[in-house]
Amino acid sequence: MKKTGMNVFKTAGKAMAISALAAGVSLANAADTIKVGVLHSLSGTMAISETTLKDTVLMMVEEQNKKGGLLGKKLEAVVVDPASNWPLFAEKTRELLEKEDVDVIFGCWTSVSRKSVLPVVEELNGLLFYPVQYEGEESSYNVFYTGAAPNQQAIPAVDYLMDEVGAQRWVLAGTDYVYPRTTNKILESYLKSKGVAAEDIMINYTPFGHSDWQTIVSDIKKFGSAGKKTAVVSTVNGDANVPFYKELANQGISAEDIPVVAFSVGEEELSGFDTSPLVGHLAAWNYFQSAESKENDAFIDQWQTFIKNEDRVTNDPMEATYIGFKMWAKAVEKAGSEDVDKVRSAMYGLEVPNLTGGMAKMNENHHLSKPVLIGEIQEDGQFDIVWKTDEVVKGDAWTDYLPESANLISDWTAPISCGNYNTVTKSCGGAVAAE
Amino acid sequence: MRVTQSVLMMFVAAAAHLFTMPLNAQEEAPLVEKTVQAEDLQQLTQQLIKANYKEKSDIISRISAQDDQQTLAILKALLDSDLYFRKSDQLLVIARSFSGDGDIVTAFGGGTVENIGKRKFRKIGVNNSLRRQLRSEIGLLQIASGNQQQRYDAARNLLKEPDVISAERVARLIANEQDADIHEVLLLTQALQNLASDQLSVRLDAIRAMERSLYSEVRVALSQFVAGFSDEEKVQRAVEYELATKTIDSIDQLLKLNGYAENLYFGLALGAVLLLAAIGLAITFGVMGVINMAHGEMIMLGAYTTYVVQQLMPDSIGLSLVVAIPAAFLVSGLVGVLIERSVIRHLYGRPLETLLATFGISLVLQQAVRSIFGPLNRDVTTPDWMAGTFMVNPALELTFNRLYIIIFSLLVLAMLALVLKRTLFGLQMRAVTMNRPMASSMGIRTGWVDALTFGLGSGIAGIAGVALSQLTNVGPNLGQAYIIDSFMVVVFGGVGNLWGTLVAAMSLGVANKFFEPLAGAVLAKILVLVFIILFIQKRPRGLFALKGRAVEG
Repeated sequence: MKKTGMNVFKTAGKAMAISALAAGVSLANAADTIKVGVLHSLSGTMAISETTLKDTVLMMVEEQNKKGGLLGKKLEAVVVDPASNWPLFAEKTRELLEKEDVDVIFGCWTSVSRKSVLPVVEELNGLLFYPVQYEGEESSYNVFYTGAAPNQQAIPAVDYLMDEVGAQRWVLAGTDYVYPRTTNKILESYLKSKGVAAEDIMINYTPFGHSDWQTIVSDIKKFGSAGKKTAVVSTVNGDANVPFYKELANQGISAEDIPVVAFSVGEEELSGFDTSPLVGHLAAWNYFQSAESKENDAFIDQWQTFIKNEDRVTNDPMEATYIGFKMWAKAVEKAGSEDVDKVRSAMYGLEVPNLTGGMAKMNENHHLSKPVLIGEIQEDGQFDIVWKTDEVVKGDAWTDYLPESANLISDWTAPISCGNYNTVTKSCGGAVAAE
Repeated sequence: MRVTQSVLMMFVAAAAHLFTMPLNAQEEAPLVEKTVQAEDLQQLTQQLIKANYKEKSDIISRISAQDDQQTLAILKALLDSDLYFRKSDQLLVIARSFSGDGDIVTAFGGGTVENIGKRKFRKIGVNNSLRRQLRSEIGLLQIASGNQQQRYDAARNLLKEPDVISAERVARLIANEQDADIHEVLLLTQALQNLASDQLSVRLDAIRAMERSLYSEVRVALSQFVAGFSDEEKVQRAVEYELATKTIDSIDQLLKLNGYAENLYFGLALGAVLLLAAIGLAITFGVMGVINMAHGEMIMLGAYTTYVVQQLMPDSIGLSLVVAIPAAFLVSGLVGVLIERSVIRHLYGRPLETLLATFGISLVLQQAVRSIFGPLNRDVTTPDWMAGTFMVNPALELTFNRLYIIIFSLLVLAMLALVLKRTLFGLQMRAVTMNRPMASSMGIRTGWVDALTFGLGSGIAGIAGVALSQLTNVGPNLGQAYIIDSFMVVVFGGVGNLWGTLVAAMSLGVANKFFEPLAGAVLAKILVLVFIILFIQKRPRGLFALKGRAVEG
């Protein structure tokens, strides 16, 4: 009897010890993950574009964890849904940084969402990787921009149209919000600096979701029959592109007569409809799914396996997310810590392979050096790459073609340590990096 | 002697024959001197596989020079992106798609190979400038031999680039061409070529031939011609210069008139869309005084019905539209009746609650569609007979899809008028609209009339959705884009009145389209809205006011 009692005691004691050990281990594990915040709209207007990026981050977290995580710790993705609501983006960022204590955030698509998030990440010293092409005129200490600045997309596309296609008249058509307005301002200034007369430039803006393109397309046709080769630069965003292209086809404007180069139309946007009337129209990005490289083949296979659908496409913001994640992981390992300031210092000059067969490098202005590709739309919704820069182009946060930003540079490394430093007055316009 | 004579005769005959042959060959030679080497067409085409775009351009020129039966087929396959090669052995094939079951046709030899799937073949790609070159070459080959449409397209191509063909060949084509339109284009091509002639009289004749011509290529060539005059030349060659500028002016005047006609057409097309969207609302608003915020979703349901019908009938897209019309009417109508019977019936006389309730229903419907079909837009295919344009003249091309929608909307209006005027239900509806208590005491079941009226209005909205699916994206938010416009039309036109809706829709559409070139799309809408607000101040009941329950209440 006594023995049984002792046995019970011993067993109970062992049980308690084991559970205490287990509890202790799990507590230690809870502190031993690196949290990765995912801030993309999963509902609302932008869900169409952003959901793919959330899945890309999850795929990269899974891949990294299979390799053993970072610094011996597993990565944990924390996904929030700001629902295409710009103020909610700021709230969710605060939640990620204060409550969830994430070490990095991958997120945002529209410039509005990024502008909402900016004050929060700067106040709480978070780190945001922003993967979408945008209008520039910004360089924050707390944001790394892995998408294209205007000199990595808009300007080279216009150069291609001018030099290779011989365009002399220009239609700048955009949706009415900050990104197209700023980009068109830059392009208008650039064209004029190249000697294009004001009457050879036609600019117009349409609201989101505009579906009655009859008049505008007819105006483009008239503008294009003045005798000079005409090209259209389209910053039309979202599903307004579909009736726009359909009307171009209906009114018989072929890509050979008046080519349209778009900055916001990629494989994902084309996967929804019949692209045969669009064959020959162009897009400018830093990556296309049809780019030929070992890394790209592996990425596409990995993506289609992860998402369990071999018809899903890849696009430029996905490549930017991929590059951003790889760079962040490499910086964490180089710094030996996930602390934001240490990671940031380790980022400058970091190089990882991109998916088009070259290397992507992070510069001191928080922008990448990327190649520029021009592709023609094919019948299957893919792009045929017709032109490519020989060298990578370094992203310029402050365009040289607007007088207010021509003298500004961004250099967050010592000694300048400033995001909008005026090279003429030798003074820093905004916040200076903390020492 | 006789033998010598006959030998001499034979010799002369043979010589004559020999001499005429090269003369014929001379007439055939194109203006642009091409080294016509007899090369093997198949070998040339094989070279395309490894060539870059510049090399491809050269190879295409050489292919086009080959007088082979397959030349045209190869050029067309290249242009349509149908020329592929098998990765394993570089065998050339021509295929529209690899998704079917049949064998794939080889490019040469007329045989077939097994369809081993898309990934085993690679396309021979072309870019825009190669496409332009291909169209030009195909045009030259088809200008005499193709069918009417092919010859016309080839002639228009020549008008763009008159220098690729020789003057003699153009003259011969003009002599042989029977079709009036193609003949005209060929004459203009000749005129464009003659602009570069050395003789003043030839140039003047050419300019005169271009008077009042509406082809944009002609205007372009004339303006380039005029722009090439230096200041001294304007004085020296004054006659020519003045004639050319006068001709350009005459063309511009005609273009301006055509521009107005085109704007009017665009306005009517927009008006037709507004009419379809608003007419259902006019009925429900007019008869029952119900502000139905879910009206846009009825349109959306009709558009989705079209999508579903197309999924069920993927092979006959044209027929699917015809089937979709009654289907959409039924779907939206039933949903409308359901809404009326379950929600609106309890809220009569309480307009604010009705507004809120129907707004809530619209959200429910949007989310339901999002949950069933997903948040992405759905692709609705346009049938072939609705694509393309109807050419009134070269400056005025009316797109078919909108033309059919204008006709369709007028038909719908006519049918509705018929229902209202000639059927029992229409009679009951009009009675209830004019005087509800009296109609009720005459034995009309006003409850059912209300429900069926709501169903009719929603059903028409469903039909509007079928039309809209051809013009715009089909997504859960489709209704939101049209609800405001529908209310604007109804308020402007007068409630409950079909004619008011017609006039209002058409005039708003035309007004919008006349403002748009002047002020831009966004400002045009704002101006139209301001105009309506001002109009309502003067005539609160709209254009054609009707005594209806809502108005009296």
